[in-house]
Amino acid sequence: MTTAAPPAEDSPARDERLLPASPVKRLLGRPELGSVVGALAVFVFFAAVAVGFLRAASLGTVLYAASTIGIMAVPVALLMIGGEFDLSAGVLVTTSALVSSMFSYRMTANVWVGIGVSLLVTLAIGAFNGLMLTRTGLPSFIITLGTFLMLTGLNLGLTKLISGTVSTKTIADMEGFDSARALFASEVTVGGATLKVTILWWFALVAVATWVLLRTRFGNWIFAAGGNADAARAVGVPVRRTKTGLYMAVGLCAWISGQHLLFSFDVVQSGEGVGNELIYIIAAVIGGCLITGGYGSAIGAAVGAFIFGMTSKGIVYAEWNPDWFKFFLGAMLLLATLLNAWVRKRAEATP
Amino acid sequence: MARVRTGIRVLGVVLAGVLGVSLTACSATGGKRAEDARKAAAAAAEGRAAVNTPRWTIAMVTHSGDGDTFWDIVQQGARQAAAKDNINFLYAHSDEGQQQAQLVDSYVDKRVDGLIVTLAKPDALKASVARAVAAGIPVITVNSGSEQSKAFGALTHIGQDETVAGEAVGDELDRRGHKKALCVLHEQGNVGHEQRCAGVAETFDGTLQNLYVDGTNMPDVQASIEAKLQADKAIDAVVTLGAPFADAAVQAKRTAGSAAEIDTFDLNAKVVTALRDGTLGFAVDQQPYLQGYEAVDLLWLHRYNADVLGGGRPVLTGPQILTRKDAATLAPYTERGTR
Repeated sequence: MTTAAPPAEDSPARDERLLPASPVKRLLGRPELGSVVGALAVFVFFAAVAVGFLRAASLGTVLYAASTIGIMAVPVALLMIGGEFDLSAGVLVTTSALVSSMFSYRMTANVWVGIGVSLLVTLAIGAFNGLMLTRTGLPSFIITLGTFLMLTGLNLGLTKLISGTVSTKTIADMEGFDSARALFASEVTVGGATLKVTILWWFALVAVATWVLLRTRFGNWIFAAGGNADAARAVGVPVRRTKTGLYMAVGLCAWISGQHLLFSFDVVQSGEGVGNELIYIIAAVIGGCLITGGYGSAIGAAVGAFIFGMTSKGIVYAEWNPDWFKFFLGAMLLLATLLNAWVRKRAEATP
Repeated sequence: MARVRTGIRVLGVVLAGVLGVSLTACSATGGKRAEDARKAAAAAAEGRAAVNTPRWTIAMVTHSGDGDTFWDIVQQGARQAAAKDNINFLYAHSDEGQQQAQLVDSYVDKRVDGLIVTLAKPDALKASVARAVAAGIPVITVNSGSEQSKAFGALTHIGQDETVAGEAVGDELDRRGHKKALCVLHEQGNVGHEQRCAGVAETFDGTLQNLYVDGTNMPDVQASIEAKLQADKAIDAVVTLGAPFADAAVQAKRTAGSAAEIDTFDLNAKVVTALRDGTLGFAVDQQPYLQGYEAVDLLWLHRYNADVLGGGRPVLTGPQILTRKDAATLAPYTERGTR
């Protein structure tokens, strides 16, 4: 199994496995290469068929759509490299927003208190997923499906119990709202394009995740745990702690994403978020993460999210018949993934 | 293990810290305290008159998904009528036709005294409603299914005719002088949604385009509307089919730099505020509270007095077009979740 670790140092023994690879080969071996080619293809395609797709304002919109998926695709990709799934990631975003809003409202507290409590809750749910997984040995599919259903029920039940209706009450008139909005849901206009702060969050998360994966010991643990957990454990990798940490990273990003949801729309609907977990997984897979674990990259997941953003909004810019929306979306995603797989196969065949 | 325990202890300490801080870091504005103050100020004596008829059981089965604001209001209406009429009220819902039918079946098995059903998927529910009617249980259909209601043997239908509601919107758009409108559907394949937009297209003199968005993903809803407004600068009106989506449309309009007027179906507290501020043009209310309230009350009337309402025709609860001038009156009702 290939890992995206940097090539080894030149050694005097001159083992042929340790020979420095050519730059071209190294580039072709990157997990995200296929998705970059796919993204370029999708971009060129929509630039050609959709009027207005190339405008600066449109780019801002596409980037925003990509960033809301991309923020969650980063930890989901890391988790997938570590060999696990998280089906609760979509509703966890809603949970995060609901907790912030309702805690602040019920306690009449400064909204930053609610934001802090929400962070603790999402991290605790991530830790719960990780501990359940590593302690019981059940597949992550079952564990996180359980969490997904429980959170869906809790989101609805607790919201109804606390606020009396199925959506939260407005907290826009409470102290701390404006500063929180500045951090999680502000925007700047650059050359006609409105850029949301989520784009910054997204880029920063991708940079941090890439650094962790390629330059730190924890990154090596992730690849090792996902590649072969037993072998990794045998050489001293703390597999359980690694996986629990990855689930908590999902919690952290769900928190960021959820706060954006809350501070950009003020009122949160408790039934939201269902189905988004699959979109995050799709973005990671398009970006070159193997479903079986041990291979992939954070940049790839970002490119995957970008392809998703371009496709879903490109269809609107192209003004295609909306009855076929989902079909076009599915076909574009399938094509991008196939192209991705084809490029990777060619890359691996290159001597 | 020790590490985990330490982790939990640290988490506990942090949590205790945050809770401690929260007691001191209170918000001087908004929140529950402000709501309590408002309630206390408006603490008028509320008496509850109950009838002395036996405690009958009435069940309601809807096609609502989980956590839908609209159905929450329908339930509020039904529950308050039930409290007034000394009715034991049962509620169940499923957005899958087959499961909704099974829920109806189980209430028929329970021999309830009255049944309220929505016919969003009429074919799936036909057999179950027939079973109820055969068992002598009076059935009232609400919200959707005005065409099938009578044929299925229901007493009457209470709801809004979606096409009529759409036509009212088309007329209102004409009155406001719009030329090109966008109809935003948040659930692909929902017959009622299609009828609304078709109704708008029917009476609207300009051109109407449909836009499908993913209703469970609010940022996506906003980005899609934004993309559409950027792609077509000629759009001068956006009609959303649900209250929560109106706010997303308002934000999309702002970021896209569009001058389009945003209008919506259904109400919530935010829509009322936006109507007052003028960020929304108008809202179309089908008064969901009435659908629940009237259905329960009518079943009680039927049982008590053999009354029927509507003379064989659907009893319409909407459309009611609401604008800026209605906002002040409606605010307290949306706040308490009954409008």
